[in-house]
Amino acid sequence: MDWNAFHLSLQLAAWTLVLLLPIGIVTGRWLAKTQTRARPWLQAFFALPLVLPPTVVGYYLLVFTGTRSPIGEFIMSWFGVSLVFSFPGLVVASILVNLPFAILPVQRAFEAVSNELHDAAACCGMTPWQTFTRIEMPLAWPGVLSAAVLTLGHTLGEFGVVLMVGGNIPGETRTLSIAIFDRVQAFDPLAAGRMAGFLLLISLVTVALGYGVLERRGPQRQKST
Amino acid sequence: MLSIFLEHDSPSLGVDFQLPIGTLSAIVGPSGSGKTSVLRAVAGLLSTEHSRVSFDKDIWADTGARYFRPAYQRPLGFVSQTFGLFPHLTAVENVEAALTHLRRRERNREAQNCLDIVGIGGLADRRPNELSGGQSQRVAMARALARKPRLLLLDEPFSALDHSTRKRLRVELKRLQDALAMTVLFVTHDLDEAAELSETLVLLRRGKVIQQGPTRELLRRPSTVEAARLMNFANLAKAEWVGFDASGITLRWGDVLLTAAEGPKSQPDDTIHWTIRTSDVFLVKDNHPNESSLGTILPAKVVEVIEMGSSALVSVIVNNSGGEVLRLQLRPGALHRHHLSKGSSVKIALHAQAIVLLDPSDASLSANQAKSKQ
Repeated sequence: MDWNAFHLSLQLAAWTLVLLLPIGIVTGRWLAKTQTRARPWLQAFFALPLVLPPTVVGYYLLVFTGTRSPIGEFIMSWFGVSLVFSFPGLVVASILVNLPFAILPVQRAFEAVSNELHDAAACCGMTPWQTFTRIEMPLAWPGVLSAAVLTLGHTLGEFGVVLMVGGNIPGETRTLSIAIFDRVQAFDPLAAGRMAGFLLLISLVTVALGYGVLERRGPQRQKST
Repeated sequence: MLSIFLEHDSPSLGVDFQLPIGTLSAIVGPSGSGKTSVLRAVAGLLSTEHSRVSFDKDIWADTGARYFRPAYQRPLGFVSQTFGLFPHLTAVENVEAALTHLRRRERNREAQNCLDIVGIGGLADRRPNELSGGQSQRVAMARALARKPRLLLLDEPFSALDHSTRKRLRVELKRLQDALAMTVLFVTHDLDEAAELSETLVLLRRGKVIQQGPTRELLRRPSTVEAARLMNFANLAKAEWVGFDASGITLRWGDVLLTAAEGPKSQPDDTIHWTIRTSDVFLVKDNHPNESSLGTILPAKVVEVIEMGSSALVSVIVNNSGGEVLRLQLRPGALHRHHLSKGSSVKIALHAQAIVLLDPSDASLSANQAKSKQ
């Protein structure tokens, strides 16, 4: 069992979740309420990682964030880090491929909060921020929780983009899924099987816990809407 | 005064009217007439292309001055058709949501007080899904009243309720309005509801005000054919304007001469529409003199009798009137006392004060009506 890889996977999942969830909430809420005609295009853009092969996403990340690219150069000169074959690069890649998992459930949840409740809140004297925190968020939280669970589970198991952008550097970019691939390549099925089983268990527990919470609170919410 | 001027393309609106403060006013119109849009614009939930909304001297919106005060800054309460209760909050928390300007402890006390006022203090801990329609309506009302609004807006407040609850809550609204001396503006498609509750009535159709005024006056005297139709005046007839003298305006209805006490000026031989309420057409005895305090007495023939529980609707054609049907409302007892049935000969009385002449400027409708008659 490669505990270093497991630790890195957890770190990656945690960073992705912490950084992506606010982006998912803001973007999902905006997409749910915006009247812009560009909405279908924006939704398609955010859903792209669902339909594109991870290698394509990884390839473009390498092209646009490589040290010879303008973006790569800019990041290197300002932050002193390279996004290619490094942990920060993995986090950026993970955020990008997880955008649909973080945005779509949140968007659906905010769409389900009726405009009538917005009107009622405004006529109660609530500012838009108060309406968001006191009315919208408490009603949309199952969507936010779904987004968190999906993002966490997907990040733990992400392989293609991680390999393209991060490679296989122990302690730096070798996550658990890369370590499994590495063990299979090295004809070590016992270690690969042990890690695969462990990943399976972790993913199952994470998703089951998420669904469990939703199930317990879900019916009450459904009854009350 | 509550002053409302709104112009908008979609939804189509073009209204300009004032309502007295401290009273209960109603906007009545059919579905799609723009009632809810007017209410939402007053609340600040709909921003129209041109608007000027003011309450007393307090201006809430003025597109000329590029001023628009958002809904949450307007001192008003709003109860929507489906109440808009926050489903994740209990009844008392729903009311507390309107009291965010108070401290937490005061909030709860005040919210409980509001629930007590509307008579559901015992249901404070129930969530909206545990409340009946009437109870939800009361919570919504308590929440709307919580901020002590200067204006209470109600959008079809009773439409989602059953008949008996609706009746009970109408009485309570009236009682509440009297007690709090608050300005209330509500919209409804139910004329009876508006007649029962409001002191001032605004008739709306296709985003335009058809007629506005004190409810009693307006219900008695529609000014146009359209207003008469909106108010379900069953008697709508055409006559020729003959002239006027001290006794009133003389009309020729077929070969029959009628007198109306007042009405718009017109030219001799001009066609004019007139109406009379079914309850203002009286049945008189055969030996009644032709002119009396009851008005002009006319012989007629019964063409239809419809009994409807507590009343009966009798349709008659006045002899030599040109064939237009007049309807009168009777109690079932009177129906049997006069032995009325289809084909019976009767005498009816039309009082000059009860005959309402309709504005001839309402030409488009006159033309439409003429078409539909053909």
